[in-house]
Amino acid sequence: MIDLSLKKALTGAEGKIALDLSCQIQPGELVGLYGPSGAGKSSVLRMIAGLMHPDHGLLVVGNETWIDTGNNFFLKPEKRNIGMVFQEYSIFPNMTVYENLVFALDKGQNKSFVDELLHSIGMEKMAGQSPMKLSGGQKQRVALARAMVRKPKVLLLDEPLSALDMEMRRNLQEYIVKFHREYGLTTLLVSHDASEISRMAQRVLVLENGQFSFDGTPASFFKTS
Amino acid sequence: MMDFEPFILTLKLATLTTCLLFLVGIPLAYWLAYSKYRIKFVVEALVSMPLVLPPTVLGFYLLLAFSPENQLGEFLDQYFDLRLVFTFHGLVLASVIYSLPFMVQPLRSGFSGIPNAWLDAAKTMGKSPWATLFRILLPNMKNALITAGVLTFAHTIGEFGVVLMVGGNIPEETRVISVAIYNEVEGMNYAMANQYSLLLIAFSFTVLLLTYLINHRKNNLLSYD
Repeated sequence: MIDLSLKKALTGAEGKIALDLSCQIQPGELVGLYGPSGAGKSSVLRMIAGLMHPDHGLLVVGNETWIDTGNNFFLKPEKRNIGMVFQEYSIFPNMTVYENLVFALDKGQNKSFVDELLHSIGMEKMAGQSPMKLSGGQKQRVALARAMVRKPKVLLLDEPLSALDMEMRRNLQEYIVKFHREYGLTTLLVSHDASEISRMAQRVLVLENGQFSFDGTPASFFKTS
Repeated sequence: MMDFEPFILTLKLATLTTCLLFLVGIPLAYWLAYSKYRIKFVVEALVSMPLVLPPTVLGFYLLLAFSPENQLGEFLDQYFDLRLVFTFHGLVLASVIYSLPFMVQPLRSGFSGIPNAWLDAAKTMGKSPWATLFRILLPNMKNALITAGVLTFAHTIGEFGVVLMVGGNIPEETRVISVAIYNEVEGMNYAMANQYSLLLIAFSFTVLLLTYLINHRKNNLLSYD
């Protein structure tokens, strides 16, 4: 379970926002994080990942404390067992597709899992290719597989589909749901696309004016709004 | 008959300076690119000083500092048996300071050109800053590394003012090619000065030509579509 209670003052393009958030996420849930752009959705993911420090707060994942500002404790991102996919393509161009996945392995971890992942995204034939030759959708598929290499319990997706066309989007959505189910992940998906969240998530948290203004099923939220 | 000694000495000085500056410049440029300390603007200004100072000013103060009559010079002489005035070692140290901005500035822009998402991705894969530096950053900024190396090397070859102040004009010790040319002109030996100058022109042009050729080829390989 993820137990989150975080405060952070952000300065964005539309002025200052004071994030004051708390929620609990059950293991195995796929939760959509929805809200207008600039609301601080990505910041929430970045704090969970350890890429951003909150001003105050507590974050407990399973039995582990990741953030406890009261005790001045902050677990480095390198130590958190997470997988993350970013909006920008973050595949390293100096490595082949295969090497990108191998780079993510922990010390002593078996390479056979990399082959298994490449097989599940249907890219085993492109393993030796340079990522520069891949389409945007293929790059994000590789990024998704790479995020899975360390067998994380928590998968964080920061608008990974927003740069893709409709067909690519559908295709990648299926892979995300597949991985989520197959590996028993707890997944947080940031998106500003209502249909995407409706299709994929069981639960939606709506971020508005620094707070979660709605917490429930996508169907009930998007019907009323 | 042309004496090649000044030319060989110059190459030795430039090679050593470039190697040492890679060791100093990479950590310094990394710090300048990623540190959040405000004090870095002071360091930036200091690093760039040799760009605007007349070389004689730098040479003059280095001469004073290295002189055995001063505390630093005396300390180095007494405890390390190191004399830096009118010696090759002194030339190397002076060149390292004088060429510092030519190494640091291209490297710094190289670091800044790497997308932040790559660094974040590496962190969420549990990678240390060292692993990220050697596997992601440096391999993806080869152009910056080549530019920094060539500029430093070429700049050191063209040094005159600093070299003359700190090193003087001692054959096989501090008489580099620029000083040798000056020496021949002073002695009205224009034919020899001409030979040295032509050698320097041919050499510099070849080095720059090769660099641009390599960079051009690399860029062509990278722009696949």
